[in-house]
Amino acid sequence: MKVSTKWLNEYVPVIDLDRSVLAEKIARTAVEVDDDYRLDEGLKKVVVGHVLSMEPHPDSDHLNICQVDVGEAEPYQIVCGAPNINSNMNVIVALPNSWIGNHTKIKKSKMRGIVSMGMICSLQELGFSDSVVPKKYADGIYILPSDAVPGQTIFSYLGMDENIIDIDITPNRADLLSMRGVANEIGAIYNHNVKLPHPVISETTEDEINNYLTKVSAPANLAPTYMMRIIKDVKIKESPLWLQARLWNAGIRPLNNVVDVTNYILLDYGQPLHSFDYNKMGSKQIIVRLANEGEELVTLDGEKRLLKDTDIVVTNGDKPVALAGVMGGLNTEIDSNSTLIALESAVFNPSKIRKTSRRENLHSEASMRFERGINVATVGEALDAAAQMIAELGDGQVVANAIKVNEISTNDRIVEITTTKINATLGTNLTENVIKDIFERLGFGVQLESGTFKVAVPVRRWDIEVAADLIEEVARLYGYDNLPTTLPTGPTTPGHYTDKQRLIRQTCALMESAGLSQAISYGLTTKAKAQRFTLEKAKTTELDFPMSTEHTTVRMNLVSGLLDDIAYNAAHKNNDVALYEQGRVFFRDDQNDRPREVEHLAGAITGLFNQATWHDSKTVVDFYLTKGIVDYLFKELGLENVKYVATNAHEEMHPGRTADIYIGGELVGFIGEVHPNILKEYHLGKTYVFELDLQKLIDMDKKEQIYQPISKYPKVTRDIAMAVDKSISNAAIIDCIKQNGGKYLTDVTLFDVYEGEHVAKSVKSLAYKLIFNNPEATLKDAEVTEAFNEVVEELKKKFKIAIR
Amino acid sequence: MDLREKLEEIKQKSLKNIQKAQDPNTINDIRVELLGKKGAITEVLRGMRDLTPEERPKVGSFANSIRDELNQAISKRNEMLEIDRTAKKLEKETIDVTLPGVPVNAGQPHILMQVIDKIEKLFLGMGYEIVDGPEVEEDHYNFEMLNLPKDHPARDMQDTFYITQQILMRTQTSPVQARTMEVHDFSKGPLKMISPGKVYRRDTDDATHSHQFHQVEGLVIDKHITMADLKGTLELVAKTLFGKEREIRMRPSYFPFTEPSAEVDVSCFKCGGEGCAVCKQSGWIEVLGAGMVHPNVLKMAGIDADIYGGFAFGLGPDRFAMLKYGVDDIREFYLNDIRFLRQFSQKG
Ligand SMILES: [Zn+2]
Repeated sequence: MKVSTKWLNEYVPVIDLDRSVLAEKIARTAVEVDDDYRLDEGLKKVVVGHVLSMEPHPDSDHLNICQVDVGEAEPYQIVCGAPNINSNMNVIVALPNSWIGNHTKIKKSKMRGIVSMGMICSLQELGFSDSVVPKKYADGIYILPSDAVPGQTIFSYLGMDENIIDIDITPNRADLLSMRGVANEIGAIYNHNVKLPHPVISETTEDEINNYLTKVSAPANLAPTYMMRIIKDVKIKESPLWLQARLWNAGIRPLNNVVDVTNYILLDYGQPLHSFDYNKMGSKQIIVRLANEGEELVTLDGEKRLLKDTDIVVTNGDKPVALAGVMGGLNTEIDSNSTLIALESAVFNPSKIRKTSRRENLHSEASMRFERGINVATVGEALDAAAQMIAELGDGQVVANAIKVNEISTNDRIVEITTTKINATLGTNLTENVIKDIFERLGFGVQLESGTFKVAVPVRRWDIEVAADLIEEVARLYGYDNLPTTLPTGPTTPGHYTDKQRLIRQTCALMESAGLSQAISYGLTTKAKAQRFTLEKAKTTELDFPMSTEHTTVRMNLVSGLLDDIAYNAAHKNNDVALYEQGRVFFRDDQNDRPREVEHLAGAITGLFNQATWHDSKTVVDFYLTKGIVDYLFKELGLENVKYVATNAHEEMHPGRTADIYIGGELVGFIGEVHPNILKEYHLGKTYVFELDLQKLIDMDKKEQIYQPISKYPKVTRDIAMAVDKSISNAAIIDCIKQNGGKYLTDVTLFDVYEGEHVAKSVKSLAYKLIFNNPEATLKDAEVTEAFNEVVEELKKKFKIAIR
Repeated sequence: MDLREKLEEIKQKSLKNIQKAQDPNTINDIRVELLGKKGAITEVLRGMRDLTPEERPKVGSFANSIRDELNQAISKRNEMLEIDRTAKKLEKETIDVTLPGVPVNAGQPHILMQVIDKIEKLFLGMGYEIVDGPEVEEDHYNFEMLNLPKDHPARDMQDTFYITQQILMRTQTSPVQARTMEVHDFSKGPLKMISPGKVYRRDTDDATHSHQFHQVEGLVIDKHITMADLKGTLELVAKTLFGKEREIRMRPSYFPFTEPSAEVDVSCFKCGGEGCAVCKQSGWIEVLGAGMVHPNVLKMAGIDADIYGGFAFGLGPDRFAMLKYGVDDIREFYLNDIRFLRQFSQKG
């Protein structure tokens, strides 16, 4: 709400306050201030000019050479290209060396050879927004009233000689969507009296509203109160300049004297009004009702609205004439020929208005106020004030009596609060007098009975319902700055991570120490990406009304997001990327709308893991490097019995380079190379990924951390090198060695793999180191040899190995 | 020449030779030549037979002292040569210490997680629990239990991704608080919690808006909690995250969840309050929303609002990180450009 300080000053003295001081005070005590500014700031030497004569420019088909009286001894010659310029009119003249809007300086110049002493201006050129310039002057210069005095500064004529404070209103403070509400607030902040004028209506005695309206009805659930007046013999014309200025300073475009008055009263009281051209109504009835499904109405903005049975409409008993509280109908619009005005002032059901304006994306000044609440005490007063003003500005007459349907209570609300409660909530020691004074400044009635305040809150502050609301009033007017600063006392509580939180954070730290950086990708993705790389069969969870096609479905895996990240990196020439992500995935079943949320961990690595340096050669990412990272994680988390089982069951993964990961027989994830088809889609080179169900890892039994005594006796190692068929897996051979190595075999490591020209095509050469140790005695060579031979025999039998 | 003179002469000559010697072998030769069974000194001492019994011990002890002296000179010379030799050897081993070290390629925690981690540690230290909750929430917990019934105008403040009419992507992490309040056993002590996590809003992504961001919301409920306690707690947060010289100020605001409500500004960490581009010349930066828990919220969670009260606050790690590190595009946090991620190595 753009608050005119001149207007405000008519109700409460503010004109002597520095505007930034006032703005600061409002921001610290009431609501945020978006901006404070002076409309004529930076503008200079712009005056009223009277066009004495005008002749076409000899070298132009649209320019005119004007002789303009600017209050000097001699007229100024000014070249002007505006289509609506004419002699004998008063215009806005920017003199030579003047400053107009947009920090523009106007100099004496020549236009196609003709000297121009300045410029004749449009409102836009003074800095007015297109949205407030009257339609009539939208494409040309602005024409001032005939009594404007040449040479006088333009700013007072246009209402630009004042400060505006643009306040940003929170949903609870809709009372500040009116000048009167703001005046009350300023009165409370500065402890000033507020003087609000009240209209004196003069009605014609010869004519009565029942002559025009025989039936007005509105259900109380749709319109808790509904009032109407008739103003007759109205002449539609431009509003006086002071009124137009009030509107455009508030960001509203002036239209004509009737509509302008309704907008003026809207700003003054916060009461939305609507004016109908009575003669276009086509009946003597006003029936407020819910729309019929599919009913149509063309609103004032020219849009055809297809109505729903939740919309409130004002009808003539047959057809809708307005979308109640949101926007009027084009069919009853006030035009230049209107003479008979039906003026509506009402309260409409806020949630219905909200529903309609949201669906139609039609957020008007009226709908915004109805949604948030209006001062129900001034529905009638605002109607009277508007009717009287329309009559005055349109040379018409207010017809006797108003019609009023439904009565709404305007009694004060009594809210109780104790001094003790206030101080206990705020941590203060305020006295009863201080508190009483604050309530009185707010214009609330106060009765103090044995420590309890009975506060009478007027309906203009409908946001105050319970004691806590009063505490806020006390706190903000006392000043948040004046509250003491303490820390909670009371019993101490231990603060610690839960086991799950701790393990999740440890997992992240392990990934980082393994060389992967943490990514946070989007939780919402496309349906296709959500369903890839999944560890469980589940239903998707999709947004009802997404904002973009890229983010429609809640993710069911983390790898997709990481591939997006890697693709983004690749597009920016970062070809070596190692990322992990820890986050939730969402699996839904048939029975539930809400998915199960499972903590996952995933990694994606591409390019070089280590760059070549002068010291070391490069490390290219491959399956085994990735597997090493996963192994490291399992080991550090104390997870044992890990098995990698080759699988070609993941559609998005390379069928020959992917393994499912089992721990203690339970599937916990997979690892492998992304399928070339997917890589092609992302424009990526070879990329290795893993996706793990972190929740399962958290829940699993961990290896007990027990001290293992270090053997005092020497270990004995034996190497075995063998040629074996390619189809035999390392895991199978290790299993076999471990099973047959006897009780002193403590470790088996693979230390060489060879395939190529030195061995037959169908075989590979493998070499293992076997480590034997007896913690209680020195091993005898014979013992080791016996165990070793056992292993060799078994390997020969089982896998037909050839010892090399 | 008597024996003494002979010995003296051998000593002088030998000392010279020892000093001249350049390697252990030469020194060893000298030692054998002097002190060995057929060495010079032994030879001289054979002449002792011709001495008087009175003289013998005198010459004997003189000879011993010379032998000791020479032994000492030999081992000293040996040491010297050893030092020399080592120095020469090490000199040959000299490397160029300005060649680069072998890089340790550890990964980085995401900057948002670093910010959240810092906040968590602060509150853990003050005895708060960290509570997680669902990202796909019920309207009931996300709004209604927080004093935001359907059709409340304040719902406009948070444009929401709905999945069904009742299910939505949480727009804040305070539903976790609503869930926790419902089950907390106050006979076991006060409720002090923060809930960090992802939240979602129906927004078009641009430099300052993201449909996904993070929140940390805090809640304390006990018998004697005041707004002054809230002020003190938030001051601590501001000082921890933005530096110990920071001050805070509160301005009236509106959140359906709290009454009284406040926006909290922190004095600008860039200019110290004088006014700069970061604080838009105001000297203050808005960083938090807070307030005293609305009695309706307590009642809905089954808590007696006449006995218990408390405060709640919410802050945005994304906004914190943007302010603190001068990140000018919120999308950077979710695009995961490795050059972006790796910048934040000083751990928050
Ligand atoms: Zn600053």
